[in-house]
Amino acid sequence: MSNLLRALKGIRLSLVLLCFFPALVAGVAAQTVTNATLKVGDLFPALVKYELEGQLPASLKGKIVVVDFWASWCGPCQRTFPLMEELHQRFGKRGLVILAVNEDRSRAAKDEFIKEHPVTFAVVRDAKKKLAAEINVPALPTSYLLDRTGTVRSIHPGANTAKNSRIFIQEIEALLEQNSKQP
Amino acid sequence: MTRRLSMALMMCTLVLAAGCAQVKPWDRDLLAEYTMRPARDPLATATREHLWFSREAANGGRFIGGGGCGCN
Repeated sequence: MSNLLRALKGIRLSLVLLCFFPALVAGVAAQTVTNATLKVGDLFPALVKYELEGQLPASLKGKIVVVDFWASWCGPCQRTFPLMEELHQRFGKRGLVILAVNEDRSRAAKDEFIKEHPVTFAVVRDAKKKLAAEINVPALPTSYLLDRTGTVRSIHPGANTAKNSRIFIQEIEALLEQNSKQP
Repeated sequence: MTRRLSMALMMCTLVLAAGCAQVKPWDRDLLAEYTMRPARDPLATATREHLWFSREAANGGRFIGGGGCGCN
């Protein structure tokens, strides 16, 4: 009889553990299932497959591209926006394309921000957050500088200070220079 | 009794562990909201800081670097 009771207790314990196990697995899985972070030297994924909301630039092939991830709720992003506009004005004619990818939950928030900070470069919204998740954006804002082959040449996470803006501009100028020499 | 207690503790740990998650930078909009700030009134914070400094002869250490949005 005591053996039977012990066995029943064991079954009860197993059942309780079974109830909690999926929750634990789900929790751990949520933390560990992350995509590989996009690094310098990697190829930037093709944007067309991410169902981005808004008009993508006509052609990015053979162009030097800056992909800037931002959100209206992110304070430092507001400081990066004028720099992107400056880059667009300064290097746009030489073949630089700026693409701002918005990570806002609502389109209204993005539109309101753009109304307050009008820009002339392309802005799209990663409504389903597929692109950010795919490349595992390290922070907001983050700017990726891509060369003419679509390879990531540098990554600038965080707000652009005067010092790293200078470095960023030098990198862009070097790539534009290379681009103009290549056929 | 001890066994039951340890089992209960283990269960609680399992449940709490399941609730842990790292919020990705692009999902931190709710954390970046004004209401999520630990100090929403700059004047009250400055007053509290001053009182703290006057009484304890110590300053700072209340906050860590970076905001809730994890922007930097």
